[in-house]
Amino acid sequence: MPRHRLVVPDTVEYLSILDHQGNLDQELEPHLGDEQLIELYRAMLLGRRFDERMLDLQRQGRIGTFPPIKGQEAAQMGAIINLRPSDWFVPSFREVAAELWRGRSPESVLLYYNGFNEGTLLPAGQRDLPMAVPVGSQILHAVGLGRAAGYRGTDEVVLCFFGDGATSEGDFHEGLNFAAVYRTPVIFVCQNNQWAISTPLKKQTATANLALKALAYGMPGIQVDGNDVLAVYSATREAVERARNGGGPTLIECITYRIMMHTTADDPKRYRTEEEVAVWQERDPLTRFAAYLQRRGTLDADRRDQLEAEVLAQIQAAVERAEQQMAELGEPLALFEHLYADLPPNLRAQREELRTTLAAADKEVRHG
Amino acid sequence: MAKMTMVQALNLALKQEMAADDRVVLLGEDVGPDGGVFRVTDGLIDAFGSERVMDTPLAESAIVGMSIGMAIYGLRPVCEIQFSGFSYQAFHQLENHAARMRWRTQGRLSVPLVMRAPYGGGVRALEHHSESREAYWAHTPGLKVVIPSGPRNARALLVSAIRDPDPVIFYEAKALYRAFREEVPEAEETMPLGRPQLVREGRDLTMIAYGALVRTALEAAEQLKGLDGIETEVIDLLTLAPLDQELLAASLRKTGRAVVVHEAPRSFGPGAEIVCRLLEEAFYYLEAPPVRVAGFDVHPPYFSRERWYMPDVRRIVEAARRTCSG
Ligand SMILES: Cc1ncc(C[n+]2csc(CCOP(=O)(O)OP(=O)(O)O)c2C)c(N)n1
Repeated sequence: MPRHRLVVPDTVEYLSILDHQGNLDQELEPHLGDEQLIELYRAMLLGRRFDERMLDLQRQGRIGTFPPIKGQEAAQMGAIINLRPSDWFVPSFREVAAELWRGRSPESVLLYYNGFNEGTLLPAGQRDLPMAVPVGSQILHAVGLGRAAGYRGTDEVVLCFFGDGATSEGDFHEGLNFAAVYRTPVIFVCQNNQWAISTPLKKQTATANLALKALAYGMPGIQVDGNDVLAVYSATREAVERARNGGGPTLIECITYRIMMHTTADDPKRYRTEEEVAVWQERDPLTRFAAYLQRRGTLDADRRDQLEAEVLAQIQAAVERAEQQMAELGEPLALFEHLYADLPPNLRAQREELRTTLAAADKEVRHG
Repeated sequence: MAKMTMVQALNLALKQEMAADDRVVLLGEDVGPDGGVFRVTDGLIDAFGSERVMDTPLAESAIVGMSIGMAIYGLRPVCEIQFSGFSYQAFHQLENHAARMRWRTQGRLSVPLVMRAPYGGGVRALEHHSESREAYWAHTPGLKVVIPSGPRNARALLVSAIRDPDPVIFYEAKALYRAFREEVPEAEETMPLGRPQLVREGRDLTMIAYGALVRTALEAAEQLKGLDGIETEVIDLLTLAPLDQELLAASLRKTGRAVVVHEAPRSFGPGAEIVCRLLEEAFYYLEAPPVRVAGFDVHPPYFSRERWYMPDVRRIVEAARRTCSG
């Protein structure tokens, strides 16, 4: 009598639609039109090429440290395209592709990583939060936004991103628990890229996978091939619909890989092998998606080249605009802006102090 | 004696303490094979194994909270918080428990842990990676706050911090990690916590600094001598809490003028406390109001704008000249 097995009815699904070579599981193919698919491909390509350009700029000292996204384009884009403009987007710090999709300009990203806080400016009226550097801290804000949406009686949803490392923070546990208790319309997208700086997943958690953590909080959890944009899209779409219809939160674990260094200040050779990286390079989300589009007849070589050229031109124009803006912005007095709604007298005085210092520095340059 | 960077000197302190005392254990994010993001724990996992050098999951509250438990049970945990900007996730463990356990248990339980964290600007990093918020800890009764200013004292102070029976917040200025080398003796060296050091003598002005800005203050002192013949006395605090004002007050009685330099925001910063102590101890010796040269009351900017936040030689010299001209 006293000891028996409890029946836990929940399970965790695994979803993959395109295999590593881009072969399609026809039964699972989502209903996306040619134009939508091209748009999606273009966004992933833009994310990829912009990331590569940022790395060049960083190596030349033209921007500061940043976290590359290469390899994670499908996990970001497959999820974000499900959002309406009136929905909320809550990123961590590695979601540049998704941010661009939501309308952030590439030049603002460059400005930001060059140290200009003017670059944090989001498109007006946009329901996006700025990136959050403290790992996992944004998860609770997503839950709050979801709670507010429920309170206001809207059908808006919240899409929240974080990494595998974030699932160890208290904020993750508190956030998922609250989300489930209040049945908030939040979709938690974990980009499990296998590493939190040098810490591999198996040292991060003792659970068999991350999706199953959802069950402990009382929400559905699903694991998807995060390098398969169709799988990420389908799983997120389902979760978004459920949330919109009052079905509460979902945890989606996207199995993906960080191809590059953690940030440009990191040296991954210290903790992982080149063979491991090579395996994941084979599973590249862009090549895989392109193969599918080609087979489907949606993307031929010409169109592909054309998209490539378009994207590169867009990035080049953005770099030029960013450099011009940085030259124009010049003075760092903006440090004092937006700390408070109104600049308090002590800060006004400190701003004057800095202004004097700058003027003296100018004079020295002129006379020196 | 070998010439070492501060990173190497800290590594030496950890290595020797671990070899000498098997109660000393390390834990933190990426402290194992990666050797910490600044490489302070480089090679220690090879020397002492993963039982004593623990790569933890990503959770600062757990890192410090678990250290508290280990410390209560007789270990000497030295935990690393990757950047001081992420120690706030552990704030509650430090404030609610580490700082109070001895007092709360009438001395029966104690928490001899060290929380190491890189602080301050100088590496042009991202948000939350450049802050100088040591005042939070210095404001908390029960915690000690130690901030070395170079390889040799970093090594000696870390050894003392590990042996200290109370919780110590050990802040390491990233700007100093690889800035210069210094002779560090291979043989054991310790330094008392809570005792500032006179690092330059002078009769006209007392300059008080700690961490990365000690070097900036020394440079400023050199310029002042060249420019105006002002002889500046420079004091390196080394420990912010408990703060010992004896040396500071004695110096002020001699010079009558004081400039306090720190990177932390000016308002409610360490400078406020230091100046107040000077007023309490040596008011009648003052020739001019003491001055603070500090960070602005703003969040540290990133990358290209970082330099405008940090107090530099120019700002210190200007303040000192104003003080001395009065
Ligand atoms: C609270 C906190 N602790 C430590 C750090 C330093 N840090 C930045 S990213 C990172 C690893 C994050 O791993 P994960 O959540 O898996 O995301 P990924 O970087 O892999 O995208 C660490 C330790 C931080 N930013 N915030």
